[in-house]
Amino acid sequence: MIQTVFQKPDSLASVITHYCPGCTHGVIHRMVGEVLDELGVRDRTVGVSPVGCSVLAYNYFETDFHEASHGRAPAVATGIKRARPDLIVFAYQGDGDLASIGMGEIIHCANRGEKITVIFVNNAIYGMTGGQMAPTTMPNQVATTCPMGRDVEQAGWPIRMAELVSALRTPAYVARASSHSPLHTVQAKAMIRRAFQYQVEGTCFSMVEVLSTCPTNWGLPPNEADRWLEEQMMPYYPLGVFKTPDGRDRAPKPLPADE
Amino acid sequence: MAKKLMKGAEAIGEAAIRAGCRLFFGYPITPQNEIPEYLSHRLPQVGGTFVQAESEVAASNMLYGAAGTGERVFTSSSSPGISLMQEAISYMAGSQLPVVIVNIMRAGPGLGGILPAQGDYLQSTKGGGHGDYRLLVLAPNSVQEAADLVIEAFDLADYYRNPVLVVGDGLIGQMMEPVEFKDDYAPVRPLPPKTWASTGHTGGEKPRSIINSLFLDPEVLEKHNQALQAKYAEMEKNEIRYEGYGLDGDYDVLIVAYGTVARVCQTAMEELEADGVRVAMIRPISLYPYPSQAVREAAEKASGVLVVELSAGQMIEDVRLALEGRRPIHFHGRTGGMLATPEEIVDKVRRIVEGRGGKS
Ligand SMILES: Cc1ncc(C[n+]2csc(CCOP(=O)(O)OP(=O)(O)O)c2C)c(N)n1
Ligand code: SF4
Repeated sequence: MIQTVFQKPDSLASVITHYCPGCTHGVIHRMVGEVLDELGVRDRTVGVSPVGCSVLAYNYFETDFHEASHGRAPAVATGIKRARPDLIVFAYQGDGDLASIGMGEIIHCANRGEKITVIFVNNAIYGMTGGQMAPTTMPNQVATTCPMGRDVEQAGWPIRMAELVSALRTPAYVARASSHSPLHTVQAKAMIRRAFQYQVEGTCFSMVEVLSTCPTNWGLPPNEADRWLEEQMMPYYPLGVFKTPDGRDRAPKPLPADE
Repeated sequence: MAKKLMKGAEAIGEAAIRAGCRLFFGYPITPQNEIPEYLSHRLPQVGGTFVQAESEVAASNMLYGAAGTGERVFTSSSSPGISLMQEAISYMAGSQLPVVIVNIMRAGPGLGGILPAQGDYLQSTKGGGHGDYRLLVLAPNSVQEAADLVIEAFDLADYYRNPVLVVGDGLIGQMMEPVEFKDDYAPVRPLPPKTWASTGHTGGEKPRSIINSLFLDPEVLEKHNQALQAKYAEMEKNEIRYEGYGLDGDYDVLIVAYGTVARVCQTAMEELEADGVRVAMIRPISLYPYPSQAVREAAEKASGVLVVELSAGQMIEDVRLALEGRRPIHFHGRTGGMLATPEEIVDKVRRIVEGRGGKS
């Protein structure tokens, strides 16, 4: 007898995505889809897609969607949630979208304590436009607009968004996870689930930063990209829960690098 | 309801509430602060939501999100703030969302000044943001008309699924005049159900709703553009509004002016008429669609046309297009927040009659 032991979550559409082979955007979509299924909220969820590689996310989720302009997803999500507080609203954003052009929107959305969930995909580069420097690009990392590597004297240091957002006084759930290995996705999914759970309960703003790979623009095969993320990004972007709505700000608990 | 003395800004805020709007997103800027201030206390009274955003960029994108749920949404701002909203306005036009925006215009360019002006005519009527789109643009000349047009703007926005912009100047916002609101507000025409709204997918009962202006396939995007243009053509057919003053009589000079400036022109007309100068006026109320045909027909009865604006000459371009060279067009404009006075207009009309009207 054939038994189904593993299947696509209902919240994801049965389509082939346009993501490059080895890109972890797809993994992160899946985690979000599973969480929407598990919480049983798909029917009342509205997603907001960004401008970036995930601009077409509205084709990949089986939920209503709203395509925002570059960086404005938290404002668009605010509008949706304020108009219809009964809806579950999430914004899915890249690092150029959220940490550069949309810095104002994310900080103020978090500070108002909008009861939405933000999935922040940090791949240390501008994927969609062809590999330019992002605010999260690592020191000395080569990108098409910093061909000699990111010069922190000129461009400043990469912005740690989870830390920045968790510094706000307004209660929130803020965490950072990674998507590059099965073990890390278990932790990532638990965090994403908690983030949505807080929204379902009407508790607070929630944001999960998920470290992600961009093999194409990093110029690495997928397996090496995973390693690069672990070796180059994880020490600078520690994983863990940075803030919980009970008011206790927690120190991140980095995973051992070789785990 | 009996007539009530109200400040223009408050009447605009109240009109939005009467129209059933329960959501306002905005950012403070003079000279329209009384609109958000009024709504910040009125909206909670009627179960509505007022959000002071961190910028006009955010406010307009909140509007975009909220409008996507099918609720009636509103923002107001003044010129520099409206400039910042252009990105979202283009997205809302592209995604065909009904929203109402009020621009209480102030003098520019740049930070300019806070006094009344009409320097945003071209921005309002010819685009403003990127791409081929149009807003329905309405320009009241009194507090009562501002209130009436704001209420109607919500219906027009819903009917056409398009942003509607109501433009006034600082005078409209600050003037106190009697206003009457009808007790029972009903839409002026049947409005289509908002089946497109993104309010959750309800287990496949309702098709998935995607609020979007992205169409990567050029053929699809061209079709989308054609559909938008067809909608604008329908607006041009149905939504022309203007008021005529003395158009039925004989006259030598036709004045074209909109908004509060038209009231200054009316005062000038009284003085001119008392002196036996034959003058008439047409006041466009819809700036887009522009009442081109009415302006042309009215102009053909005159020997000359005078356009009066609180700008260096913006609406005059639409008058030129309407007249296609049939009559000489003269201009009187003030900028920087300076107001055109009745005396200036009287003088200008007299000179036109005497053949000294200046360049046309
Ligand atoms: C106003 C505006 N400026 C610039 C762009 C061009 N643009 C599109 S995507 C993008 C960067 C996306 O990078 P990121 O947010 O890191 O997402 P990724 O593609 O890496 O997933 C830029 C600059 C745009 N679409 N709109
Ligand atoms: S360019 Fe990078 S981020 Fe975009 S789909 Fe490809 S691998 Fe993923």
